[in-house]
Amino acid sequence: MITPLTFPVAPAQAGAYPTVAPVRPRCIDKESLSRPLPAQGRRTLVWLMVAMMGLFAATPATAQDLLPPAPYAYKQLDDPAQEAKALALMETLRCLKCQSQSIADSDAPMAGDMRHQVRERIAAGEQPEAIRQWLVERYGDYVTYTPQVRALTAPLFAAPLVFLLVAALLLRRRFRKTRGGKP
Amino acid sequence: MIAELGLAMLWLASALALLQLVAGALALTKRGRELAGIVRPAAVIQGVLSAGSFLALIALFLRTDLSVKLVATNSHSLKPFIFKLAGTWGNHEGSMLLWVTVMAMAGGFIALFERRLRDDTMLATLAGQAFVSLGFYAFLLLSSNPFERLAVPPPEGNGLNPLLQDIGLAFHPPTLYLGYVGLSIAFSFAIGALVTRDVGPAFARAMRPWVLGAWIFLSLGITAGSYWAYYELGWGGWWFWDPVENASLMPWLAATALLHSSTVLAARNALRAWTVMLGVVAFSMSMIGTFLVRSGILTSVHAFAVDPERGSFILALLAIYIGGALALFATRAATITEGARFAVTSREAALVVNNVMLSAILGIVLLGTLYPLLTEAFGEKVSVGPPYFNPIGAIFFVPMLIVMAIGPMLRWRDDRAGRISGKLALPALAAALTALGLVSFAPTIKPLPFLGMALAAGLAVASVLPLVGRDLRRTPLPVYGMVVAHLGIAVALFGVGSDSAFSIEKLVASRAGESHKVGPWQVTLRSIEPVAGPNWTALEATLAATYDGGRLSLLRTQSRNFTTPPQLTNESALHTRWNGQLYVVLGEEADDGRWQLRLWWKPFVPMIWYGGLLVGLGGLLALIGRVARDMKRSRAEDKIAYRRARQGR
Repeated sequence: MITPLTFPVAPAQAGAYPTVAPVRPRCIDKESLSRPLPAQGRRTLVWLMVAMMGLFAATPATAQDLLPPAPYAYKQLDDPAQEAKALALMETLRCLKCQSQSIADSDAPMAGDMRHQVRERIAAGEQPEAIRQWLVERYGDYVTYTPQVRALTAPLFAAPLVFLLVAALLLRRRFRKTRGGKP
Repeated sequence: MIAELGLAMLWLASALALLQLVAGALALTKRGRELAGIVRPAAVIQGVLSAGSFLALIALFLRTDLSVKLVATNSHSLKPFIFKLAGTWGNHEGSMLLWVTVMAMAGGFIALFERRLRDDTMLATLAGQAFVSLGFYAFLLLSSNPFERLAVPPPEGNGLNPLLQDIGLAFHPPTLYLGYVGLSIAFSFAIGALVTRDVGPAFARAMRPWVLGAWIFLSLGITAGSYWAYYELGWGGWWFWDPVENASLMPWLAATALLHSSTVLAARNALRAWTVMLGVVAFSMSMIGTFLVRSGILTSVHAFAVDPERGSFILALLAIYIGGALALFATRAATITEGARFAVTSREAALVVNNVMLSAILGIVLLGTLYPLLTEAFGEKVSVGPPYFNPIGAIFFVPMLIVMAIGPMLRWRDDRAGRISGKLALPALAAALTALGLVSFAPTIKPLPFLGMALAAGLAVASVLPLVGRDLRRTPLPVYGMVVAHLGIAVALFGVGSDSAFSIEKLVASRAGESHKVGPWQVTLRSIEPVAGPNWTALEATLAATYDGGRLSLLRTQSRNFTTPPQLTNESALHTRWNGQLYVVLGEEADDGRWQLRLWWKPFVPMIWYGGLLVGLGGLLALIGRVARDMKRSRAEDKIAYRRARQGR
C-alpha cells in the first residue's frame, strides 16, 4: 500500500481541531468542525486527549477504518433494476453520523454498513418500505428523510393545504372585488 | 498597532451609527429639523470607517500577526496568499466584521447615491439602517471582538480548516454576504416608508435597484455554493436540502417575490402593503438564516463558534428587529391601501400568483427546516429531507412555472386570454414534444423529473417570446434581463431533471490497467502515485477516458492529506462535454490491492449552474438598464432645473 507522507502535528497547533485523525469531508460530522478553544478548567483533559490524537495523526487510518467495510458498502448489486431500487431507498435514509447527508452520500463506516444491509435485503427480495420500517424501528424516525405521517408530523403535511387555502382566499378576495368594478 | 487602529475605527463607526439613528429620528420631528444635514454624511463616514476596520483585519491576516488571537487560531504562516486573505472571513469574528462592513457600506452608498426618495423617507430609511447596524456593532464589540490580542503570541498559527481551503469557497462568503446583507437596504427602505407612510411607485423605483443588486449576489452565491458541494464533497449531489442551504434559499425566495411585487408597485401603484411586508420578510430571512447556522443550533461547517452566549445575542437581535418591524407594520398596515385594482387576466394578476407561490414555497422550506428543531424540543428526533421538499415544493413550483410562461406576455390592468393564446401554442408544443420524447425513450422515468424537463422545455421557449415582434434595438434592457433570467430558470430546471433522471453511477474496485464502462464512457485506471502540494500530500489517480470510442482525455483525482490541521479530503476529477459531465473520485484501497473508484456520467448536469449564471446575468442586465435610465432622467431633470433657474434670473 502506498502511504502518503504525513507530518505529525504538535498538540499546540491542533488545539482548535478536536479531531486530529483524518476526517472525511464527505461525512461532515460534528468532530470535523472547528470549535472555540475549551475553557481553562478543561485544559488538562483536552491536552491529554490532543496528545493522544496526535499519535493517531501519524497513522492515516482511524480505528473504525481498520475493520474491512461490509461487502456491499461499496459494491453495487449486479441486477441494475435492484440496484436502482436500493439507491432510491438509500437516498432517503439519513446517515446518523453525518451532519446532513443520506447514506448514499456518506463515507462514514456506519453508513457503509447500512448500505450493505439495504442492498442485501433488496437482493433478498424485501420491499423498500419494509426495510425503511425495519430501520425506523431500530434507529427511530430520525433515520428516514421521508417524514412518517403521524400526529407529531401532521403539521408538516397540513401546511401545504393551509397555504393553498390561504392563497385561494387571498386571491379570491382580490379578484372578486375587481371583477365587476372599474379599476 | 494595526489591530488597535482597526478596533478604534470600529468603535468610531458604531458611534456614528448611533449619531445617524438619533439625528435621523430627531430630524423627522418639527424641532429637530436642523439635524437633517448631518445624517447623510454620518452614514458615508460610518461606511468608510468600517471598511477601514475590515482592511485592518485583512492586513493582520496577510502579515500573519500571531499576537492577534483571531489570526493565531485561524491562520498559519505557510498558507498560500489567497487562503490567508480568505482566512479573514473564514471564521466567526471576521465574518461578522464583514457583515457589519457590508451593511455600513450599503448605508453609505444609499446616502451618496439615492436621490429619488422623499427627504423625510430618506431620513427614516437611514435611521433604520443605523438602527439595524447598531445591534450588529454591539454583537461584534461586546461578544466577538476580532482584534483581541494575546499576551503571549504562539510560535505558529493553527491553520484554516482544510474544507475551507478551496478557491471557490474563498469567495463564496463575500458573495453571499453582499446578497444577505444587501437585503438590509430593502428592510430599511420598508421601515422608512412605513414610518413616513410614503409607499408608492417612487418608493418602489428607488428600492428596486438595491434589491436587484443584492439578489444578483444571492443568486450567484447560491449557484457557486451548490457547485462547491457538487465537486468538493465528492458524491455527485448538488443540493441536499441541508438547513444551511435552505438558509440561503429562503432570502432568495423572498427577494425574488419582492422584485416582482415591487415591479407591480412601480408600474401600477398596486400591492403596496404586500411589497413593504416582503421588504421586511426578505432581510428577516437573512437574519434567521444567520441565526440558524451561526448559533450552533444546527451543527454545520458554517457554525464557526458554538457558544450559547453568542447564539442568545443573535436571537435577541432577531426578536428586536423582526418583532419591531412587524409591530410597525401592524400599526401602519391599515393606513396603507392596497392601491390600484386589476383584472384576473392581467400582468398584475400573474405576478400576484407568482408572489403567492414563492411565498408558499418559502413557507414550506422554513417549516421543513425548523420542524426537526421543534420536535427535538419535545424530545423526538425526526428528519425532513428531499422526499418531503421535492414533491411538496413541486405543488407550488409547477403552477408558478406555468404562470411564469404566460405572465410576461399579458398586458397590465386588463387583458384577454384570446389575444395571447396563439403565441402560447409554441411553448405548449415544445413541452408536449419533450414529454413525448421522454415517454418513448425513457418509459421508466419518474414523474417529477419528467414534469420538470417537459415544463423546462416549454418555459425556455416561452421566456423568449416577449422579444418576438418587438424592435430589438429599442427594447429596454430590463426586458432582456427578464428574458435571460427566466430562460436561466428553464435551463437550470432542465439540468436538474436530466441529472435526477439519467445519471449513471458505478462503484468499482480497480487495478492499474483495468477498464470500466459508465454510460457512453470507457474509463481506464492508469496509475496511482503520491504527489505533494504546498500544505498537503496526496495520492493521485490518473485515468484515461474515451467517450463512445472517441478522443482520449486524462483525468486526475486526488485523495489529499492536509498537514495543518491534519485532515483528509477528496478532490474529484471532472470532464465536461456539451452534453454532460464525467465525474470521478478515488476511494480507498481494498485488501487485495485494488482501488475503489466512483464513476458517474451525468447528462446535462452543468446546465444547473449555467442556468444559475444566466439568472444572475439577467439580474445584471436589468440593473444596468434601470440605473442607466435613472441617471438619464436625473440628468434631464438637472438640465430643466438649470434652465428654469437661468430664466428666473
